Amino acid sequence: MAREQMGGSEIIIKALVDQGVDVIFGYPGGAVLPIYDVLFGQNNLRHVLVRQEGGAVHAAEGYARSTGKVGVVLVTSGPGATNAVTGLADALMDSIPVVCLTGQVATHMIGNDAFQEADTVGITRPCTKHNYLVKDVADLARVLHEAFYVARSGRPGPVVVDLPKDVMMAHGPYVSPASVKHRSYRPRVKGDLALVREAIDMIAAAERPIFYTGGGVVNSGPAASQLLVELVRLTGYPITSTLMGLGAYPASDRQFLGMLGMHGTYEANLAMAGCDLMVAVGARFDDRVTGRLDAFSRGSKKIQIDIDPSSINKNVSVDLAIIGDVGHVLEDMIKVWKSSVARPNGEALAAWWAQIEEWRRRDCLGYRTSDDVIKPQQAIERLYELTRDRDVYVTTDVGQHQMWAAQFFKFEQPNRWMTSGGLGTMGYGLPAAVGVQVAHPDSLVVQIAGDASFLMNVQELSTVAQHNLPIKVFVVNNRYMGMVRQWQELLHGGRYSESHMVSQPDLVKLAGAFGATGLRVTDPADLDAAIEKMISTDGAVVCDVVVDSDENCLPMVPSGAPHYEMILGDENEGKAKAEVGDDGLALV
Amino acid sequence: MEGTVERHTIATVVDNEPGVLARVIGLFSGRGYNIESLTVAEVDEANNLSRITIVTSGTPMIIEQIKAQLARLVPVHRVSDLTVEGPHVERELALIKVAAVGEKRVESLRVADIFRARVVDSTERSFVFETTGSTGKVEAFIELMKPLGLVDVSRTGVVAIARGAGAM
Repeated sequence: MAREQMGGSEIIIKALVDQGVDVIFGYPGGAVLPIYDVLFGQNNLRHVLVRQEGGAVHAAEGYARSTGKVGVVLVTSGPGATNAVTGLADALMDSIPVVCLTGQVATHMIGNDAFQEADTVGITRPCTKHNYLVKDVADLARVLHEAFYVARSGRPGPVVVDLPKDVMMAHGPYVSPASVKHRSYRPRVKGDLALVREAIDMIAAAERPIFYTGGGVVNSGPAASQLLVELVRLTGYPITSTLMGLGAYPASDRQFLGMLGMHGTYEANLAMAGCDLMVAVGARFDDRVTGRLDAFSRGSKKIQIDIDPSSINKNVSVDLAIIGDVGHVLEDMIKVWKSSVARPNGEALAAWWAQIEEWRRRDCLGYRTSDDVIKPQQAIERLYELTRDRDVYVTTDVGQHQMWAAQFFKFEQPNRWMTSGGLGTMGYGLPAAVGVQVAHPDSLVVQIAGDASFLMNVQELSTVAQHNLPIKVFVVNNRYMGMVRQWQELLHGGRYSESHMVSQPDLVKLAGAFGATGLRVTDPADLDAAIEKMISTDGAVVCDVVVDSDENCLPMVPSGAPHYEMILGDENEGKAKAEVGDDGLALV
Repeated sequence: MEGTVERHTIATVVDNEPGVLARVIGLFSGRGYNIESLTVAEVDEANNLSRITIVTSGTPMIIEQIKAQLARLVPVHRVSDLTVEGPHVERELALIKVAAVGEKRVESLRVADIFRARVVDSTERSFVFETTGSTGKVEAFIELMKPLGLVDVSRTGVVAIARGAGAM
């Protein structure tokens, strides 16, 4: 039976549709015009035109993170591809499934320094999970289906498919997704049951246990989050989460100690330091979590569950590692726990909780409000209180506002919190919000922004306008690159080198120029009304929340310090000086 | 990182496709791992597979990381740490050019004979010797050739295979 011959561009669009794609984020250019030509005449795929290719990748990330599906990007060759690189690196660090189609010059021109040529597979090799250059139209459909398989399987990540223009124009066969089986890539999803039993024995025997959970739980899907809740409640143990894992366990639950790490809570960090058993679930012992490695939770046994064997024993040696998908492993753990007779030592556990409650009473996130100026923590806390009963998704940029959002916005469900954790990409929030709002047109999507970060991708307000996306941009405006300013205050003698955002635009007028509603609030007494107005206003809103410039984000584990040595807030009124040695100063 | 630095010989079977070597090398350079030697060639034409043999060094934790990082590259089929997985044979081939006349020329031939190196090119003023063996043997041969007029060396790096009947 002769297989149907199709044009390369038709193959590409058909492959996307067969992969269940309903929206792509992109920007046309010379090398992808044949694909855009096919897009023009069809109704299966929605195309969201961004204003810079980097925005397309972040939008696809936002889409992917809020839906659990693969986000899809289409950009042109050369600068289109290089502009996408930051987003790809971001998706790799945060394990976000993205397929990025890049145009390429015709195969016979590759290597000749042609117009808008770049070595896209060479440039993106270290910042993707995998990439392909398709030189023969006969391989096209298979490669595209493989790309989706690789992007979403195992530890998810970004995959680039580089498409020379002549391949788009050639004719070749189409194969369906079902007929494509990858030659070598088979990540292990089921954990070793013997190790699961061993883990449950260790968990039952622990006296000062803690669950330490991360983005792997979210990536495993909503069922994994439910299983996590079930296991944590069965054991009665405390749980803390990384930045990436927020929402996998309901933040309002009594057993949740808040986020851990550099700007984590006092109780979470001290519980990590003082535990005798740590159960790491889909978390990778990032340097933002561990602080100084040789002082990290020295007295504890450690269990780590991760789908990626390279995450095991990378920074911290663990006593028991279970390779597998978090959801599958948690399911087995619950079964084994229920059938096991071993139960925690109630007395020890009560003493452990008493200790944790004592740490909690330190109220490490406490801050002082003022009648004159809005505190950034207050802005986010009020935003949370006034949106908590709604169907809300939050994206952020990177810096102080991001950490305050992580501290004060309590996420009860997974996939609601989109933030650039690993790469720390300023300018992530607005395009990510585009992707989230496209995926959830009727939900409230709030971008918590910093004034410096917001400007990095502010052109995407034009995308917001074109697609009538009712995104609410909540700018925590302190006229500084706040986290840079904070480090300069604490670590560099108050020399605020180039961190002051002078000549900042008028954000209200800026919003107006893009067809959005602009609001500004400066008086703490008006904060709630401004937030209510932002929520109730139809369409996109930029709410410029002018906050205290000098507020520091605390607690803070200074760079190079052990994770249990934190600068706390009110004991020094936020004017702490970190004592950091040269070794610490060299750390980021 | 705790632990002493160990030398390991790691064999990997990979898809023979463009860019696969760049992925492996990029992994080592990007993560700061050492490469002492690396060899690659197609070994299974029917299945389009190549074998890469890497000699690397690091603490036990780093060696584990290297293996895990290699294994998660998409076109990598298998990773095998020959150093820990039992007895294996390591060989490399070297071409060694010595320019000498008179007594040194005669002496170089005598040493080559002891090492069972073959002369594969000869002029009135030079020899090219071909020698195979362990890295240590090749290095010993090169050392002995230095005072005799060594001018150029080309080495393949280590290829290795497990002893016994099993396949990787």
